[in-house]
Amino acid sequence: MSPAQSAEQPEAAQPPKRSSREVLDASDISRALTRIAHEILERNRGADPVVLLGIPSRGVPLAQRVSARIQAVEGQSVPTGSLDVTMYRDDIGLKPPRGLEHTDIPADGIDGKVVVLVDDVLFSGRTIRAALDALGDIGRPRAVQLAVLVDRGHRELPIRADYVGKNLPTSLVERVTVHLTEYDGQDAVLIADKGAKG
Amino acid sequence: MKHLLSAADLSRDEAQLILDTAEEMRSLADRPIKKLPALRGRTVVNLFFEDSTRTRISFEAAAKRLSADVINFSAKGSSLSKGESLKDTALTLQAMGADGVVCRHGSSGAPHLLAKSGWMTGSVVNAGDGTHEHPTQALLDAFTMRRHLGSLDGRRITIVGDVLHSRVARSNVLLLSTLGAEVTVVAPPTLVPVDMSRWPCATSYDFDAVLPKSDAVMMLRVQRERMNDAFFPSAREYTRRYGLDKNRMAQLPDEAIVLHPGPMNRGMEISAEVADSTRSVIVEQVTNGVAIRMAVLYLLLSGSNEEEQTA
Repeated sequence: MSPAQSAEQPEAAQPPKRSSREVLDASDISRALTRIAHEILERNRGADPVVLLGIPSRGVPLAQRVSARIQAVEGQSVPTGSLDVTMYRDDIGLKPPRGLEHTDIPADGIDGKVVVLVDDVLFSGRTIRAALDALGDIGRPRAVQLAVLVDRGHRELPIRADYVGKNLPTSLVERVTVHLTEYDGQDAVLIADKGAKG
Repeated sequence: MKHLLSAADLSRDEAQLILDTAEEMRSLADRPIKKLPALRGRTVVNLFFEDSTRTRISFEAAAKRLSADVINFSAKGSSLSKGESLKDTALTLQAMGADGVVCRHGSSGAPHLLAKSGWMTGSVVNAGDGTHEHPTQALLDAFTMRRHLGSLDGRRITIVGDVLHSRVARSNVLLLSTLGAEVTVVAPPTLVPVDMSRWPCATSYDFDAVLPKSDAVMMLRVQRERMNDAFFPSAREYTRRYGLDKNRMAQLPDEAIVLHPGPMNRGMEISAEVADSTRSVIVEQVTNGVAIRMAVLYLLLSGSNEEEQTA
C-alpha cells in the first residue's frame, strides 16, 4: 500500500507533530521483523525454499532486513528481490501515469519456490492482488505467502497476511505512515487523522 | 505529457523519466512472458504515411507487449492513396476510438497538426515527420548510450552525415544537449543546414579531427531519396571523407561506441567491418527501441484522460 500511506515523505524526517502519534518505534519494528523472520523459517522448515520479494518502495528495505535476520539465524542467505506492481494495479487507468519502480527477480527465479511478499502496510489488499498477478507473469511459485509490518484492516478483497508485525485497528479517516531509515532517516510507524500534515 | 511531438518539448526530468521507465521495460525481454497489462483496452493506431519497417514494427511490438490493441494503417492501399485529407483521416481515427496515434509523415509538422488541431482527442506520438524530428529514435539512442557510458553529462557525442535531411540528427542534438552531453555534428558543408546558430551543438567539417574526442559516434544514413541535388561529388568521395571505416574506428577512444539509426548503407557511411565490430551497438539499438517505445506509450496512455489537471 506504499503510495497511499507514504505520500508525505519529504517532511517525514521531522519528529511527529500534534495530530499524529507513534504506534511503533525503532525497537518495536526491529523486534517485529525478527519475529517475522523466525516465523518464516518455522513455517517453511528452514530457508531453503524461500524467496523474499519486497513491494516498492518500503517493502524492499523491509525484505532486505528480514533477509539479513534469516541469514544471521540460519547462516544461509535467502534470495531477495523486489517486485513492482504499478502496471498490474486495478486503478491504472483512473490515475495519472506513474513512474515504474525497480523489479529485481533473483537469478534462480521463483519457479517451485515459496515466495514471501513483503510490504509495509496491508490495507485494501489491492496491492497484493496486483502483486499476485505480477508473479503469475514471472513464474509459478510453489506457494505465495505475505508478510506485512502493519495490518490496518479494511480489506476490500479476500486477502490475508501470513506474517504480521502489528495489527493496528484504524478508522478509515486515519492515515498510517511507515518511516524507514532508508527513506526517511528514522524507523517509526505513525498514525494520523486524514488531512493532518505529518 | 499528452503528446510526444518533439525532443525539444522534453525537460531533463521528463527525458530521464522515460529513460528510467525504459530500463524497467527492457528487463521484460528476459522474462518468459513478455507481456504487461498496462494498456489493456487501449487502442494504438500506427498511422504511417511513409514507408518504414523497423519503426513501425518496433511500435507495434511495444504496444502489443503492453497489451494494447494495435491497428496498422499505412498510406499504401488505404483511402489515403485515394486523396483523403489528414483531417478526414483524423476524424475517422477519432470515431474509431483511438487512444494513441503513432504518426509518421513525409511532411514536417504533420503530427503537430494532428495533435493540436482538435480533430481528435488521443495522444499523438511523432514517429518521424519529414526532415523535422524523430523523438523516439533520439530517446533510444540516448538510452543505448546511457547503458554503455553511464550518465551523459559532459559526454562528447559526434553525429556524422546528412544533417540537412536528418530528423534523427535534429532530435538527437536537442535531446542529448538537454541531457547534458556535448554534441558535435560533422558533415560536408552542403549537408549542413544554413543557420546552425540556434542548434545547441558545435559544427565541424573535419571528421578526423573530432574522432579522438568522441565517446560515441552516430553515423547517419545518406538519404538518397531526399537528395534531389548534387550535395557531394561522388559516393566514393563522401565515403573517403565522412565514412567510418576500420582505420577511423582505431582513432576513437577505447570505450567509444558506434551507433547508426538504420537502415545502413554498408560501404557508404559505414563499412561492414565497423558495423559488425564489437563497438557497434546497432543491433542493440533495435532492442532498446522497443523498450523506449513501451516507456513512451506507457507514460502517455496509461493514465486517465483527466490527467492534465491532476498531474
